Amino acid sequence: MSADHLLVVEDLKTHFKTGAGVVRAVDGVSLTLDRGRALGIVGESGSGKSVLSRSIMGLLPGSNVLRSGSVKLDGHELMGLSRSDMRSYWGQTMAMVFQDPMTSLNPVMKIGKQVGEGLRRTLGMSKRDSIETAERLLADVGIPEPARRLNEYPHQLSGGMRQRVTIATALSCGPSLLFADEPTTALDVTVQAQILDLLAAQQHDRNMSMILVTHDLGVVAGRTDEIAVMYAGQIVERAPTASLFANMKMPYTEALMKSIPKLTDKAHTRLDSVGGRPPNLISPPAGCRFAPRCPYVSERCLTEQPPLVEAIESPGHYFRCWYPVGSPEHTDAVRRRESLAALAGGN
Amino acid sequence: MAGTGKAHLHNGDDTILRVEDLLVEFKTEEHGKKVHAVTGISFDVLKGETLGLVGESGCGKSTTGRAIMQIPRPTGGSVVFEGRELTALHGEELRKLRTDVQMIFQDPISSLNPRRKVIDIVAEPLHIWDIGTKEERIAKARATLAAVGIDPDQAGDRRPHQFSGGQCQRICIARALVLDPRLIICDEPVSALDVSVQAQVLNLLEDLKAQFGLTLVFIAHDLAVVKNVSDRVAVMYLGKMCEVAPSDDLYREPRHPYTTALLKAIPVPDPTVRPDGAVRLRGEIPSPVAPPSGCRFRTRCPSADAICAEQEPQLIQVGHEHFVACHHPVPVSGLVDAAQ
Repeated sequence: MSADHLLVVEDLKTHFKTGAGVVRAVDGVSLTLDRGRALGIVGESGSGKSVLSRSIMGLLPGSNVLRSGSVKLDGHELMGLSRSDMRSYWGQTMAMVFQDPMTSLNPVMKIGKQVGEGLRRTLGMSKRDSIETAERLLADVGIPEPARRLNEYPHQLSGGMRQRVTIATALSCGPSLLFADEPTTALDVTVQAQILDLLAAQQHDRNMSMILVTHDLGVVAGRTDEIAVMYAGQIVERAPTASLFANMKMPYTEALMKSIPKLTDKAHTRLDSVGGRPPNLISPPAGCRFAPRCPYVSERCLTEQPPLVEAIESPGHYFRCWYPVGSPEHTDAVRRRESLAALAGGN
Repeated sequence: MAGTGKAHLHNGDDTILRVEDLLVEFKTEEHGKKVHAVTGISFDVLKGETLGLVGESGCGKSTTGRAIMQIPRPTGGSVVFEGRELTALHGEELRKLRTDVQMIFQDPISSLNPRRKVIDIVAEPLHIWDIGTKEERIAKARATLAAVGIDPDQAGDRRPHQFSGGQCQRICIARALVLDPRLIICDEPVSALDVSVQAQVLNLLEDLKAQFGLTLVFIAHDLAVVKNVSDRVAVMYLGKMCEVAPSDDLYREPRHPYTTALLKAIPVPDPTVRPDGAVRLRGEIPSPVAPPSGCRFRTRCPSADAICAEQEPQLIQVGHEHFVACHHPVPVSGLVDAAQ
């Protein structure tokens, strides 16, 4: 284990007890993140990506949640810590930017007080100092006229400005790890680009690690060092960003990529959509969780769950598939599919 | 971008919808102030065509879609559908019109009645118009459900909450189709869906369009989605039209600075394309209560100068079916990388 690992997560499980049964929202996730690096976590609704980040940060409510595994931050085990112990990590070590800035800001608290709250509570700053620092933070995140904004309320700001305020708040106590959970999903595309630029700049300037959680492969492509793709509570592929896009191993990642409409394609290009939808996480499929929707499914996929293994030819590239894209068995499956399609077409 | 002007309108018989000088304003609580949601836009839709309306929040794209349906009635301008002036229709005539022009909304779950069975939801429009016998109505509803990829035997007796977002959107599409409309206005029909489901619904819309000979107005904020389904695309900003062009041309050679910026802002799923902070638009969309004078885009435009504040640019032709409303259109060269 290298000394550079800021975050080491091992076999993290986060299950929810519900009336219908136990929902295995995060089901055995392992990952590491080095200092100053950005990790993208990509998945569709219900893949467990948001629960994973909340579980790492210890933000889930106590009752009805079953957590197991290990979360080490800077060498300290966080699993089993009480909420009040976790408090000492929040803000200074870990902070989070949420999707909807309107609901994560207090509507009846002035911006200056809100951004300065962590500084006062966590760092013990005086009220005056905290407001001064808040003004500097607002300027850092690109808010014009920060002195005036200190005395305004969230509703007086636009969506993009509000998200800048939540970023300023998250950065206030100088965290070493920033979670950004769908930070731009509620924003327009030109504002999204501004906010992603801002996050990247801050991450770089502060040598901070960042976990960027999103459903959009486009958002993570240009902004991360490494990507983990989640499906049905598990990481199904994890690789350095360039390697992931250049050499997708997992059929799910490939399917996700193919289903995105691309600006470079001509109008009316048929999208290669994958049928069906993600499985129920109360009783997930016995074998590979993507098998029921996988275009290349074989018998083994339905009965045996594939482990997350490292690709021999590209170290650091992990995938969870018996017959990864590019393997001989995979090529056979593609051929079988094509001949079936040709038969169907011939009829 | 101001974008008034009608140079881009067609004159032939194949125009199914023609909107001219559309004006939609809303009163605000403050006396005398108005929200200028849509200000003097004109466009037309040809039979069998998909026209994409694209823009960011507050550009007036959804308001435009609703104004076509006369919900609410536009403050001014004209909406002509198949030769009939819709703004002059009232009561029963207007109700009848809505059988020919249907709408699909963004959130499929909230647009379906949770207490009713799927088959009844889809058959209801037929019931309202007293079309056919009960058996015929159910048969038509079943056939329409099958056409959108929902198995009527399995799904007919279930209720909306038992379906995923994508399936609910298929049911909404079936309900819109059951009266055999000629024009469907799709308002952000896939923005609430996951990408894999989004692809299924986009493919479905393309299939149905061919199968039923539909004409679509497709409203969305996602440029890649709009490009995928549209024959022509109109870009809107703050209640005005910036640029209208055939889909492929618009993305290959955008001529309006706003279109260019919008294209550059899209995150591309390709790590070899580095995000380019130098071409970012600064600031955010101004308030539609007090829009800027002249060109409404000038406050964020990198090429704005004095004339942009004084004169509203008119749509001028810059290529085949390609129109732009800008005093300083982006030159053709040097744009190629925006589309790549």
